[in-house]
Amino acid sequence: MNQGIILNIINSTFGLSAIIFFPFLSFLILGLSGIKSFKKYASFIGIISILATFILSSIVALEYFFISGKTADGFVKITALNFEWLKFSESISLNVGILLDPISVMMILIVSFISLMVHIFSAGYMKDDKRIKIYYSFLSLFTFSMLGLVVSTNIFQMYIFWELVGVSSFLLIGYYYQKPEAVAAAKKAFIVTRFADLGFLIGILIISYYSQSLDFVTIIERLTGESQYLNSSVAVSFLGVSALTWALVLIFIGGAGKSAMFPLHIWLPDAMEGPTPVSALIHAATMVVAGVFLVARLFPVYSLSCPAALDVVAFTGVFTALFAALIACTQTDIKRVLAYSTISQIGFMIFSLGISGYGGESGLGYMASMFHLFTHAMFKALLFLGAGVVIHYIHSNEVKDMGGLRKQLPITNLCFLFACLAISGIPPFSGFFSKEEILLAAWNSNKTVFFIALFTAFLTAFYMFRLYFLIFWHNKPSNSKSKAESHFSMIIPLLVLAVLTIITGFVPFGNLITSDGKILHSHFHFSFSIIPIIVAIAGIMLSAILFKTKSNKTENLNLENLLKPVKNKFYIDEIYIFITRKLVFSLVAKPAAWFDKNIIDGTVNYSGELTGKVSEKIKTLHSGKTQGYALWFVLGLIILVLVFAYIFY
Amino acid sequence: MKVIGIEHIVFVSTVLFFIGIYGFLTRRNMITMLMSIELILNSVCLNFVSFNKFLYHDKLEGVFFTLFIITIAAAEAAVAIAIIINLYRSYKTIDIEEADELKF
Repeated sequence: MNQGIILNIINSTFGLSAIIFFPFLSFLILGLSGIKSFKKYASFIGIISILATFILSSIVALEYFFISGKTADGFVKITALNFEWLKFSESISLNVGILLDPISVMMILIVSFISLMVHIFSAGYMKDDKRIKIYYSFLSLFTFSMLGLVVSTNIFQMYIFWELVGVSSFLLIGYYYQKPEAVAAAKKAFIVTRFADLGFLIGILIISYYSQSLDFVTIIERLTGESQYLNSSVAVSFLGVSALTWALVLIFIGGAGKSAMFPLHIWLPDAMEGPTPVSALIHAATMVVAGVFLVARLFPVYSLSCPAALDVVAFTGVFTALFAALIACTQTDIKRVLAYSTISQIGFMIFSLGISGYGGESGLGYMASMFHLFTHAMFKALLFLGAGVVIHYIHSNEVKDMGGLRKQLPITNLCFLFACLAISGIPPFSGFFSKEEILLAAWNSNKTVFFIALFTAFLTAFYMFRLYFLIFWHNKPSNSKSKAESHFSMIIPLLVLAVLTIITGFVPFGNLITSDGKILHSHFHFSFSIIPIIVAIAGIMLSAILFKTKSNKTENLNLENLLKPVKNKFYIDEIYIFITRKLVFSLVAKPAAWFDKNIIDGTVNYSGELTGKVSEKIKTLHSGKTQGYALWFVLGLIILVLVFAYIFY
Repeated sequence: MKVIGIEHIVFVSTVLFFIGIYGFLTRRNMITMLMSIELILNSVCLNFVSFNKFLYHDKLEGVFFTLFIITIAAAEAAVAIAIIINLYRSYKTIDIEEADELKF
């Protein structure tokens, strides 16, 4: 469908792959050149490459949504590039390519945009860091992996980039490797997500076995509707559950690991040990939405062929949303509050997918989930970058060191307020629109989920404004006139994101992204949104009463004992430590280690020792005396003669 | 008068052979050891010639083999003496017991 456009990137191999390879190029340049050479330009190189990626992906998005991908009533999937890389059998091959459909186009746009903002912000935030080049190269690698993940044509290609995302997040979380907590957090993130990825891999193997393909489009085609592939995968069952359900649940476990769903969420709060802009990148656009994206990518299979797996998705999501919101109310480290709020919001996206049907009105949940992903990327990046400014100024993460910062950080104050309003769901900020759609979808399909989600929305407003008041109000502002917001590279991203936080809610999302690619006409029930707005305002008022000024009210409530389990994050970390240390280590690992040390190593060592001892004994035969050797030779000869004489006579 | 038969010659060659073995194993002087080896070789030559004469007197292989052995023995003596001279240069002796460094 070439309609005579000037820039025809979608049909150009080079232009499309450049989207992914610009960040990779910057990773190579910054990572492979020496640590000291052109250090001053590190941020410049990083920003330029991401800027190029962002411009290209914006053009692709425009082309896709308005020209190439558009049909009369929706959008088509375009496999823009597809190289065969490894051929496993006649039908299964591992391809690498670029698949353009509404969600992948939206994702490359979000990823490159948020990454651009984070790159610019980091130029100010990290400018005194000695290893800034390494920082930027890791950041570029992270962006590259996430872009590669979202455009995957092939589930195995996605898995490869999935692991790359894991590795680069490991590198970035452990960036301050001098701090033991950062190293522990990086290891934890890597091990937990790696553990979940095992489920993903097994899921891939099962699904590719039954569908005889690794290609997303083919898998979706073969496993929906009546086909022999679907029948064979449903016919086989294990522990009373069909093979297809197992595959989809296992794939979701992989997604839950990356998206920090309960009970695999434990790595995300600890991942706050990384530099704050990295947290913004991980939370807003890259790592944590990978799981949502994965479910969305395979959504037709979940929805049409296996509603049981989709129920698992829904209940995991709604439970995590509530659970994380409860914890977020009690944390005192601002980045941890934001981390739990991310988990909670991702829970919203996940359960919204889980309750959604396929196509038409019932596909509202899918659209809402993607919409929330989109708006959440903006306001969560804004929250983290705002928190970055605060932390940069205060040099502490604890709220008790803050308070009354509204005079010193006026711009940050305003931006943070906008983001808090957005996440709480107050119109006209973006979060209101997407959360509204999610709640509406929940109301239409499952009332229990709706009420839990409504309560979570109340908690969200409460804990976000608790954080806001504790940072910017609470104490009397001090009169020190130190210039906190001096570096323009830290302020520009905040302002851009703040503007987007206000306006992105008005994007007609139903016209762009829907479960079946058909346009879903936007319907906005104002009467429905009254209750969520009231609930959100109630949350804000409650936290205003409790935290706006310093008072004894919170102490008087005496909630300490009641909130203790919540404050300790429901002891999930302790349970994990109990299971790993006490059960796995002492019951499995220690006997295994004993067996390895004593039996395996013992056999090897003893055979070596035996050889040594024997050769020690027989080496005395080698006396160096020629006549001694000759004597042995003659004796041997005589023995041979006797033997032959015995045999032949 | 008794004719010298094959058994006499084999007896002589066996005696020569064991004298050679004995000399090789007991003499310390390398020249003497070389002479013992020559004895062994000659006993073998004697065997070849006599078996050729008494058993296959219409053939010549035994005689040819003996000629080969004499040639090889000459060459071998040259090599052996070269080795002995070199050993003498390093050890200042031709006692075989002194040259015992090639070991574990």
